[in-house]
Amino acid sequence: MVKELKIIGKSTPKLDAKERVTGKSVYGHDIELPGMLHGMILRTKYPCAKIISIDVSEAKALDGVMCVITAADVDVNQIGYKRDHPIFKSKTVNCNRDEIAAVAATTKEIAKKALSLIKVEYEVKKGIYNPFDALKEDAPKLNEFSHDKFGNKNIGESFHYEHGNIEDQKKLSKVIITKRYETSRVTHCCMATSNITASYSKLDGQLTIWASTQVPFLYQRDVAHALKMEPSKIRIIQPIIGGGFGSKLDMLPFEPICALLSIKTGKPVQLLYSREEEFIASPTRQPMIIDLTTGANENGKFTFREVKITMDNGAYTSWGATTPFVMMQTYSSLYQVPACSFDAKAIYTNNPFAGSFRGYGNPQATYSIETNIDLLAKELGIGKDEIRLINANYKGEITGQGLNFKTCGAIPALKKVIEESKYSQRIKSQISNSKSQESGRYKKGIGLASMLHVGGGAKIYRSDGCGTRLKIDHYGYLTIITGSNEIGQGSETVLAMIAVEELGIPIEKIKVINTDTDVKPWDVGVHASRTSFVAGNSLLGAIKLIKEKLNKQAAKLLCIENSDFIYQNGSMFHDDKEIKIDKVVREMHFGLPNELCVVEYFYEPPSSFQDKEFKGDVSGNYAFASQAIEVEVDTLTGKVKVLNVFVSQDVGRVLNPLALQGQIEGGVATGIGFALTEEMIYKNGMLLNPNFHGYKLLTSMDMPDVNFYPVETYDDAGPYGSKGVGEAPLIPTAAAIANAVADAIGIEFYSLPLSPEKILKALKEKTINKVLSI
Amino acid sequence: MYNMVEINFIINGSKMTKRIKPSTLLVDFIRDDLKLKGTKVGCMEGECGACTIIIDGTAINSCMYLAININGKNVTTIEGLGTVEKPLDLVQEKMIAHGAIQCGFCTSGVVMTTKAFSEKCKNEDKIPTRDEVKKSLEGHLCRCTGYIKIIDAAEAVYKKQ
Repeated sequence: MVKELKIIGKSTPKLDAKERVTGKSVYGHDIELPGMLHGMILRTKYPCAKIISIDVSEAKALDGVMCVITAADVDVNQIGYKRDHPIFKSKTVNCNRDEIAAVAATTKEIAKKALSLIKVEYEVKKGIYNPFDALKEDAPKLNEFSHDKFGNKNIGESFHYEHGNIEDQKKLSKVIITKRYETSRVTHCCMATSNITASYSKLDGQLTIWASTQVPFLYQRDVAHALKMEPSKIRIIQPIIGGGFGSKLDMLPFEPICALLSIKTGKPVQLLYSREEEFIASPTRQPMIIDLTTGANENGKFTFREVKITMDNGAYTSWGATTPFVMMQTYSSLYQVPACSFDAKAIYTNNPFAGSFRGYGNPQATYSIETNIDLLAKELGIGKDEIRLINANYKGEITGQGLNFKTCGAIPALKKVIEESKYSQRIKSQISNSKSQESGRYKKGIGLASMLHVGGGAKIYRSDGCGTRLKIDHYGYLTIITGSNEIGQGSETVLAMIAVEELGIPIEKIKVINTDTDVKPWDVGVHASRTSFVAGNSLLGAIKLIKEKLNKQAAKLLCIENSDFIYQNGSMFHDDKEIKIDKVVREMHFGLPNELCVVEYFYEPPSSFQDKEFKGDVSGNYAFASQAIEVEVDTLTGKVKVLNVFVSQDVGRVLNPLALQGQIEGGVATGIGFALTEEMIYKNGMLLNPNFHGYKLLTSMDMPDVNFYPVETYDDAGPYGSKGVGEAPLIPTAAAIANAVADAIGIEFYSLPLSPEKILKALKEKTINKVLSI
Repeated sequence: MYNMVEINFIINGSKMTKRIKPSTLLVDFIRDDLKLKGTKVGCMEGECGACTIIIDGTAINSCMYLAININGKNVTTIEGLGTVEKPLDLVQEKMIAHGAIQCGFCTSGVVMTTKAFSEKCKNEDKIPTRDEVKKSLEGHLCRCTGYIKIIDAAEAVYKKQ
């Protein structure tokens, strides 16, 4: 029996909800500092060109303009994961985002006017917008700072992984299927656009930045490197963040540029993206071309997977180029597979560079695998549910890549969605002919997909840890100073809940401090669905220490042996004795020997670094999930309507059901957009739809019901047995929808999104082929 | 130079007179002149709904509205809901209780739309269907929640009142 807990497992509204709902929360856009200037950036007119000249003289002369800067005015380092990205471009421009100059002015209007006065002369060049063209021998070198390390001047990053013997497994295969899958470029669409406010003091050389980053300590280091400053001279303060979803992992050029404007003027400068600029110059998901060959034997057991992935790296390298770290886990370990070979290359082009996006490559990988599995099942003539159950992973498995599944909810999650969605009664390809021959305009179908993702952080950086400091004051209030961040996902609330659970201090008496690098201890940041896991464990470690302090003091005051106490309602109990926590702390502060009720703790997950072959148990635990999705295809318009979504996810243990359900529904919504409606449309490197009119986000009218069934596996590594949650719900969604559409109309698609145009075209071709074959 | 125009209006219950440039957008007037920062800017083209406020009972996108047009009208922003004695309106209470808030950037606008629609329903003495509730929120984009909790919260408001 798992112990019933007081608050863990019970729906708890977000700590900050009252501030949010009354408009009192201060986002980056709401900051106003005395004397603050407004910064703006001039971007290139062309995605690929030589810069002949830049003339800023007229802009400089405009009243109200305090500063105009270009590459010629600054002494900076290149930025990005491969340090291949100059923050200002002076010789060439290589993608439509490229920054040429920046201004700081007393008003936004003057800044805008000044940009229009900057004259740039270009010599337009023919760009390369397809990664395969970039690999051709006669292609020019697209990023002048790239290395020839990977055998071709335009390969920015390369990954190879393998386990097992592919050739042997091919011989054992009854069915082998090779397909090319393509995924589109989509973007985060944070409701708050990118923003920064920077304030440099010439008096002490201190730079304060209010930044919407997910990774404040990495960001501090990145800004310092870009500006050639001491990191500790830079203080990062996170205002309230209006959406992250992975977009705020890379530091982008606008951030050091805004800092430079403040350094040059000695005044605070704020730089806010317009929505159009957000579409053009904030991160995207990597578009990928995935060549996948898979095999299965006559029993439906998977034999091997061979994967070659071509990623459009864009003009510069971002964290996005490292998504193969995550993707290879999905190919190697989502199901049992005796042999796997994985190659991924990020190829420079003149397209914009991508970035990280919730799921980190996994939605793309899962889309290819899970649609491919349906093809294998079809070829073998076995159930699409059955083939997944036959190959699913289980507790105790150590995969070919070395992932150790100490707990595993893969099969329970699969079974749950199969049962709840009545999958086997609904799937057309597996039931009586009468239904599969259904006529009429609307055709229904159901699809299934599963996923694997890290659930206990990911050991990518030198530490995957998180620090916590705790302070209880002599009024009985607890302050949690955590390295982790709140970006809307509800991590603050989970931390407060843990403290309530362990210390019995009411939630109203708990404060979470997490926004200031000058105050808080180290943490990697919000990524890899890690915050509740890593920060939760760190907090539990700190609570253990503070309890030791309190126990000792309380025992002394109650004249009993030092022993355990029960913590409840702000008091400590031992047998029939009770003492209030505030009284215990008062005695610590004011009794002799005086001491503070303060502790600190650093938690490092028990995961390992992967070796050079990318093998190793990289996460504290692993999350598994399945989704079954029912769709209806309108064969007249090609529009796909999602009718019903069934989600089952191994979350280890439910901490806050309200917040958990919110993560699930939000993830599914983004997954549906990725599957059906969202696509950044580029023509020769220029974005044609940089607005919400042309880039279709789901609205309330498009959202289906989401039926969620958590699987609780109580993993020892997680706080109370929990696992990371955030990214998983969007990972299998597009795959399940693609499978459902194939089931509905009997046509498989190999690219996303499944737009009405694509579906209508395929339906038309199908009809023509049918007529021709008669 | 611009001719400044005088406008008289009520905002969040207070009468006010201001001189403004005729070209001033209402959202800029609210945020930059009146310093009411609870109204958010998400797109400046009437697509996302983050800047929704209420004018004479109707929810509008303040980025698509000139400030001079509030002359003689009654304007309510997110700061105008609730009172000193009861700081949270029913709409706000339900949004919190149903977990309708994640990053919160769309929340002000969603609350204002729900407030206006709930007043309308109250006056007509009707409880809208779930589809009508969804339709009422169609003008709001939210990337965090998938809308379900927002719809749930709004439904709870209509059922309660």
